[in-house]
Amino acid sequence: METLWFCLFWEILATFVVLSGTDIGVGMLHFLVGRTDGQRSQIIRSIHEVWKPNQVWLVVIGGIMFVAFPALLAESLSGFYLAIMLVLWLLIGRGLGIELRDRIDDPMWARFWDVAFSLSSVLLAVCLGAALGNFVRGVPLDETGRVFFEAFWTNFRLGSDTGILDWFTVLVGITAVIALTHHGALWLSHFTDGPVQERSARLADRSWLMLVIALGVCVLLTTVFQPQLRANLVAHPWGVILLLGAGAALAWCRSLRRRGRTLKAYIASGLSLYAILNCTAFALYPYVLPARIPEHGLTAFKAAAPRESLQLALCWWIPAALLVACYFAYVYCKMPSKFLLDVAE
Amino acid sequence: MDPAAVLNRLQFAFTIIYHYIFPQITMGLTLLIFLLKTMALLTGDETANRAVRFWMKILGVTFLMGVVTGIPMEFQFGTNWSRFSALAGGVIGQTLAMEGMFAFFLESAFLYLLLYGEKRLGKFGHWVVSLLVFAGAWLSGYFIVCTNAWMQHPVAYRILPDHRIVLTSLSGLLNNPWAMVQYAHVAIGTVITGSFLMACLSSFYLLRDQHVDVARRCLALSVVVGFIASCLAAMPTGDLTAKQVYKYQPAAFAAMEGHFYTQDSAGLVVMGQPNMQTMTLDNPITIPHALSFLTHQRWNAQVIGLTAFPPEQRPDFVPPLYYAYHIMVGLGTIFIAIMGLSVLFLLLGKLRRQRWLLWALLLAVPLPFIANTAGWTTAELGRQPWIIYQIMRTSDGYSQNVSTGNIWFTLLGFMGLYLFLSFVYFFLLVRIISAGPEPAPQSTALPVEMR
Repeated sequence: METLWFCLFWEILATFVVLSGTDIGVGMLHFLVGRTDGQRSQIIRSIHEVWKPNQVWLVVIGGIMFVAFPALLAESLSGFYLAIMLVLWLLIGRGLGIELRDRIDDPMWARFWDVAFSLSSVLLAVCLGAALGNFVRGVPLDETGRVFFEAFWTNFRLGSDTGILDWFTVLVGITAVIALTHHGALWLSHFTDGPVQERSARLADRSWLMLVIALGVCVLLTTVFQPQLRANLVAHPWGVILLLGAGAALAWCRSLRRRGRTLKAYIASGLSLYAILNCTAFALYPYVLPARIPEHGLTAFKAAAPRESLQLALCWWIPAALLVACYFAYVYCKMPSKFLLDVAE
Repeated sequence: MDPAAVLNRLQFAFTIIYHYIFPQITMGLTLLIFLLKTMALLTGDETANRAVRFWMKILGVTFLMGVVTGIPMEFQFGTNWSRFSALAGGVIGQTLAMEGMFAFFLESAFLYLLLYGEKRLGKFGHWVVSLLVFAGAWLSGYFIVCTNAWMQHPVAYRILPDHRIVLTSLSGLLNNPWAMVQYAHVAIGTVITGSFLMACLSSFYLLRDQHVDVARRCLALSVVVGFIASCLAAMPTGDLTAKQVYKYQPAAFAAMEGHFYTQDSAGLVVMGQPNMQTMTLDNPITIPHALSFLTHQRWNAQVIGLTAFPPEQRPDFVPPLYYAYHIMVGLGTIFIAIMGLSVLFLLLGKLRRQRWLLWALLLAVPLPFIANTAGWTTAELGRQPWIIYQIMRTSDGYSQNVSTGNIWFTLLGFMGLYLFLSFVYFFLLVRIISAGPEPAPQSTALPVEMR
């Protein structure tokens, strides 16, 4: 039961990254590919309809952590207090940017929200990446496996007194920026036309190689820093498939892009993100919150809510997930297939 | 008192009070919009449709503010109240996660279609979407109230040897009798807010002779709905809520009524200032025997007073609790009066000519916000010193690993950010209001929508 919820938790996390990651990636590209007011409006329109349901997955992540792993919620959210608060504030800035930009037809107003939207998207990508880096690297839990607090940064070294940002987590943060840029560029190259589409198609091509390199470095470093990965690989050699799957999805994405199959390329990129996060989950199992000193880590079994609570939660979670899948199918099907540049441009 | 606990409470109180400005508007407005939409569908009335389009603009901005200020609420359980979350997560996490899965997705997926999809969906489809958004908003409210109700009146749980709390029955949690009564009262409160807001803007337009057709339609609807809701807020939901508090949280009841000593034939305090040094009420104005009657339906019944409880069982901020409750009740009475008069003149067909009443409706708009906030303050201060009533104390619930310096940082950050949000929100509202509803079509075709 605990393992099942462990998997569910990571799948939901991956769903959030794939869906909301698109919006974040689009935000980072906002000024890079949108050079005029009309083009930036076009970019915002392309995610206007879906960003809110996408972001609800974040609420679901919080809810699932609460229901299934209350100790994880308690430890990680209070331990990363400042970072979580920063993320919440960034989410406010981003949501307002998307929704309010086109509400008033005024260049200064649009400019202000453009900057708010794209700046908070970049910082969010770094934060999400750094958070993932922290989970992989482990946090300073004490021998009771309880209570830690990480400042934003200490000395950027991987000692026992780490901050949220050290050179490794910053590296993962940068990788996240590249990955989501790539993902967002693919979205734009499918759903827009004109100069925005051309530029994002070019960017998707360029960022692909960077992404492969950055991911490679991260995987290598993870095998060094996270002993659980090696242990899990020895115990369950099939885990390699996940990594190969991620590689294959990325390669497939590249070849589809080359052939101009933009929608499929976007989906392939999403699959590769899924696979990468599944690799991470595989590497960390059974730890939900690994520690700097591996034995102190918080396992799924220690962090989980009592079994009865988990079973009850599963009863309603399955129908709810089906219902949500229907909403998403409906919303994405109702969406126009292209967001055209305004005729006035 | 533990300063860290107070600081954590202050941050949660500030962020939730600010957040709740918006959901009470959206819950109230989604009902009113659904009613207008139904009128338009049944009668083919284009004025109602124009009114819907106007109110949807306000709903859109308000909903956005509610979303962006609501996400921090869920995460603050983990960041600031980690010890509480670790022990109670198996129970209250259920309803919070359900809110996300069942209600929030529904709302957020269909709100866009409600706001921008009228042409795409057609008349009937748009009506269905307005129903779905209404259902989503109200369902969302139920899950949140259910979470709070469990903290007020824990049911369907078992405590394990390691102090963690297990949920024993899902239906027990969702059918918590406390939640039913509390939700009815809360939901009615949001309808009052929505009605007063609609009545306020309609009066504003009528007093200025602008957009008269839409304003008249909205005014009529809002005063009728507002009057019904104001009555329901007092009887039966308010009465039931008070009786429930007396039954399950007698110390909180005594504190909010300003009733210090146990006595027979207790009087109902209308006004007065609680004096915590002498445990008496200064300058009291009371209705004799009324408190006994309201709690027991007998004029001479005994009502337990605050001093009957040991100090560590009493709420820790008695005067604010007392005032919050009395402000809510006082304003509730004013609502019945204003809305009752409006309905009376509406039935006589003279409402439009009563400019003084339109002015009253215009100026009354902050009152329901104050009343709703005061009501929640009563519930939350009344539950103290418990975070889960009689199970866990608030001072045992906050995150010990987060230093007060960090909480000051985020509290001030939230204050600054929310001040900015307020400016943005008011700026947008003023723009929407000064633009007003679209004019009636002058027999020419409607302008073709871009894109």
